[in-house]
Amino acid sequence: MIETSALTRRFGGLTAVDGLDLSVGAGEVFGLLGPNGAGKTTVIKMLTTLLPPTSGEARVAGLDVRRRAARVRREIGYVPQLVSVDGTLTGYENLLIFAKLYAVPRSQRQARISEALEFVGLEAAAQRLVRGYSGGMMRRLEIALAMLHRPRVLFLDEPTAGLDPLARQAVWQHVRSLAHEYGMTIFLTTHFMEEADSLCGRVAIMNLGRVAALGRPEDLKVSIGRPEATLDEVFAHYTGHELDNGGSYREISRTRRTIARLR
Amino acid sequence: MKSPEPGAPSPDCAERPPAAREPGCPAGFLRQCTALAEMELRKLRHDPSEMLTRIIQPVLWLGVFGEVFTRVRAIPTGQLPYLDFMAPGVLAQSVLFIAIFYGIAAIWERDLGIVHKLLVSPASRAALVLGKALSAGVRALPQGCMVYLLAWLLGVRIKWQAGALVGVAAAILLGAAAFSTLSLTAACIVKTRERFMGIGQALTMPLFFASNAVYPISIMPGWLKTLAHINPLTYEVDAMRALMLAGGHSLYGLGPDFLVLTAATVILTALASRLYPNLAH
Repeated sequence: MIETSALTRRFGGLTAVDGLDLSVGAGEVFGLLGPNGAGKTTVIKMLTTLLPPTSGEARVAGLDVRRRAARVRREIGYVPQLVSVDGTLTGYENLLIFAKLYAVPRSQRQARISEALEFVGLEAAAQRLVRGYSGGMMRRLEIALAMLHRPRVLFLDEPTAGLDPLARQAVWQHVRSLAHEYGMTIFLTTHFMEEADSLCGRVAIMNLGRVAALGRPEDLKVSIGRPEATLDEVFAHYTGHELDNGGSYREISRTRRTIARLR
Repeated sequence: MKSPEPGAPSPDCAERPPAAREPGCPAGFLRQCTALAEMELRKLRHDPSEMLTRIIQPVLWLGVFGEVFTRVRAIPTGQLPYLDFMAPGVLAQSVLFIAIFYGIAAIWERDLGIVHKLLVSPASRAALVLGKALSAGVRALPQGCMVYLLAWLLGVRIKWQAGALVGVAAAILLGAAAFSTLSLTAACIVKTRERFMGIGQALTMPLFFASNAVYPISIMPGWLKTLAHINPLTYEVDAMRALMLAGGHSLYGLGPDFLVLTAATVILTALASRLYPNLAH
């Protein structure tokens, strides 16, 4: 469902993603792990056609992301890292506008919106302004938005950043259901090891733009000789450093803004 | 792809009718534009307070500046009282100020990730840009009504014919579209809020003063005349002056006025559509 070969993106002198080779099968829940600045978001941006690769190739749903970008966009859903629901509209209105943008046929629009609201458990809050939602509700609305047009591949960039553990669990549950009930292929980035451990069938550990390790979480733990290890320890083993949340001034201020909105 | 479990909600992509989903078709394009405009209308309905604060500036221009300059009679406006002459200029200015706001709004949406989500949707870039242009029109129309009311209260002799009113509405929509896409283009280039703040000022003031909004072009020095003649706002005001005022007439003709506004909108939309994806980088 997702194939990349030697996928590379440079920003000036900086190589954010360096010769990435990945293959994600249909129906898989795949996690891209790494600290801020490892290149995870750049990978997602290239796969969702937001950013053209500098070199290399990527195919999503069998379509080249550069040459057939418009077709790729019809097959994918995307939950950006930031909170991108509109606070000045109601939950229902957010869904309605996106159903129109995503060309969901008029005859199916209401049914799809109701189904999405029910799926994420927001029926009761649908007519309220999103501004008054909790952080977890906003994320659930994002998931509802991304599933409206039944994408074959769903990209989630840090889907639980800024959420408390309870809200995080709820988001995980919905992501699992999307894979199991709707057969969607899920590609997510995270820097929470626990998230990767509980959600993903396979993970790729990214460091400085390259894949340092790739496989099922259990196999990766075995590969460092300690099956009882945590994914954090696996990460430290393969990247040579602890998982810290560094990041530039801009990233931090964005994360803070996101968290401020979620409160 | 895994087969869905029994009893699960309808499975994905098999059911979608491919023909109905072609986003390239004109109907799809139009629906995507109007979806964005509808979004704006719904926002405005939830919080109409902005419409009240936005009337302050026209009140100052017409009620203070206009009233004073009508008394000095310093500006030759032919048959028209000065207040009548400047009323369409203030209308165009209100539209301009609303439209210029769309650049900063785009940067705001970029910081929130809304731009990213719009760009990952199947809507074409041109549909997104024109949708924003139409949104600016949606906000500008009620503002236009307020300026009409204000002008009427101050004694401006208004042309109340239906055709003229429709013409003014068209000029408002086109003016809002042209200047919001100009602003969007600038936003796509500078990308950050801090840098755009200065640009917003640097766009609105020259556009306003290098136009026929509050004084006729005939009294300008030569260099400013040239600038005013390449400024689309001049043609917007010219059309509005002919259509809004009982004794108004157009200097350039309504045909050329609307042609200039349409051409500006088309060119700027093409430009903004190319640049818009850069906002997500």
